[in-house]
Amino acid sequence: MSEILVLVDHSEGKPRKVALQTVTAARSVADDLGADVTAVWLGEDGDDAAEAVGAAGADTLLWWDDEEADAYVTLPKVEALQQLADERDVAAIFFVSSNHTKDVAARLAIRLDGGVITDVTGLSVEDGQIRATKEVFGGDLITESKVAEGKLPFFGIAANAFAASEDGDEAELEEFDVDLSESAQAAKVTGSEIVAGGDRPDIGEAAIVVSGGRGLGEESGFELMEQLADELGAGVGASRAATDAGWYPHRAQIGQTGRTVSPSLYIANGISGAIQHRAGMQTAQNIVVVNKDREAPIFSIADFGIVGDLYDVVPKLIEEIKSRKG
Amino acid sequence: MKVIVPVKRVPDTAGDKQIDPNDKTVDRDAGEAVLCPVNEFAIEEAVRLKENHDAEVKVLLMGPENAQPIVRKALSFGLDSGLQISDEAIAGSDALGTARVIAKALENEEFDLVIFGNQSTDARTCLVPAAVAELLGIPSLTYARKLEVDGDKVTVHREHEEGWDIAEANLPAVISVVEAINDPRYPTFKGIMAAKSKPLDVKSLGDLGVEPDQVGAGNAAATMYEFKERPPKEAGTIVEDEGDGATAAQLADWLEENKFI
Repeated sequence: MSEILVLVDHSEGKPRKVALQTVTAARSVADDLGADVTAVWLGEDGDDAAEAVGAAGADTLLWWDDEEADAYVTLPKVEALQQLADERDVAAIFFVSSNHTKDVAARLAIRLDGGVITDVTGLSVEDGQIRATKEVFGGDLITESKVAEGKLPFFGIAANAFAASEDGDEAELEEFDVDLSESAQAAKVTGSEIVAGGDRPDIGEAAIVVSGGRGLGEESGFELMEQLADELGAGVGASRAATDAGWYPHRAQIGQTGRTVSPSLYIANGISGAIQHRAGMQTAQNIVVVNKDREAPIFSIADFGIVGDLYDVVPKLIEEIKSRKG
Repeated sequence: MKVIVPVKRVPDTAGDKQIDPNDKTVDRDAGEAVLCPVNEFAIEEAVRLKENHDAEVKVLLMGPENAQPIVRKALSFGLDSGLQISDEAIAGSDALGTARVIAKALENEEFDLVIFGNQSTDARTCLVPAAVAELLGIPSLTYARKLEVDGDKVTVHREHEEGWDIAEANLPAVISVVEAINDPRYPTFKGIMAAKSKPLDVKSLGDLGVEPDQVGAGNAAATMYEFKERPPKEAGTIVEDEGDGATAAQLADWLEENKFI
């Protein structure tokens, strides 16, 4: 039987939320293709993953238990997947559509003569071929794409586009080994820095994003954003005006030169909503706006908007949420 | 040292963006075309390498003849020379096809570093830098929020969801940078004037030795075959706060109704 390989991105021994969504995305087309779903865990701490990836829809979990997988940049993962693709009947390769995993897909697709579609938000099967939906131009256009026949198809799954299922049986765990080539060891990882954000989720994966802009007026406004975010279990983002002013780290910038987010709920505080910002967030399912300026373009995409001073509204909102949560 | 900065011509995000209904590719002549804003961070980093490492920097653009103002724009930041790959057969290439052309162009050049922007503002696939490195058989250190060159070694901080990794490799290498890396300067008047007379080569696929059956819409491994515009959003509820924050309760009701609380 052919297989869909799913590269399971993980952090601190746990599959990332979007990795499980990616497994479920693969499962959604597997039966129509007559394929099994094979999750692939590269690196340490894969022992407990079989249950989670199985629940999300994987039949098998292949585990390369070796710290070398993360000791060098990108290529250990490329060589591990290349080896699996050479040995097995692979119908497609799925990956999380985020920074470092896109690199794995790009290099592997060159080696295996594949075609890559990133940022996929929907999937279907027609004539035995996978079709992918993705949004381009900051969500202005919704497109359908496919990989040419004869090429191995790669699909990068966007965060929050698929809900991870939780009712599958535990996946069968198999270990495998990889002999890394010398060239795979050319770029070494020598350290890492984890940015303290407590338990606050990454904005790319968060179901709710609370975001602040120029209208905050000063750096301390982000303390209020973080309080609101923590009441809602949300991530915290910023407009470029706010990151350029030095009020919040650049890594939180949402917009055309920064991150693209697509949460269930986006709360824009003091953000006017120039097109450069909207290009990074307008695919959010629900948009709440708090802004003093009734003419701010962001109101045109608001599901619920408050024309008012965020410093009047947000502290009260935090109290309201606290009391309703009881 | 020698540095090459590949840049891209993209539709202005603020302008009219269209897809050509015939070949389903971005209609790059529809709205105003600009130098991709993410490229400015790569250019700034190259200018700093000029200042601190006496680097010689060439800008590389793949695009039709009329994209030449974009190369001049990139040169106006103070870069030394330009190379434009222009050939009708390129039209409609996907990310990997684009990477094949850029890699071939780089094979004919001397370089220590290739510095990309991590994404383009139109396609945003992020695939090209790593694919180019793969085709050249050299390391790719992508999503750099910090870049340091010391002798023949390059060290970068590679941004990811939880923070960043620190990674190092010997030159030559392919880098891509994120916007956290620097604060790009504007071109000076002197730079804009000087850009007009900087050397600029134009090459075809034949000059590079690229087989036409590797590129273009007909040979793209990934193709878009259908598109539609996002349906306009229905007008939402807008309320005015009287300055007492009383609307917060209405918003909380809405959040509760929609199960966010």
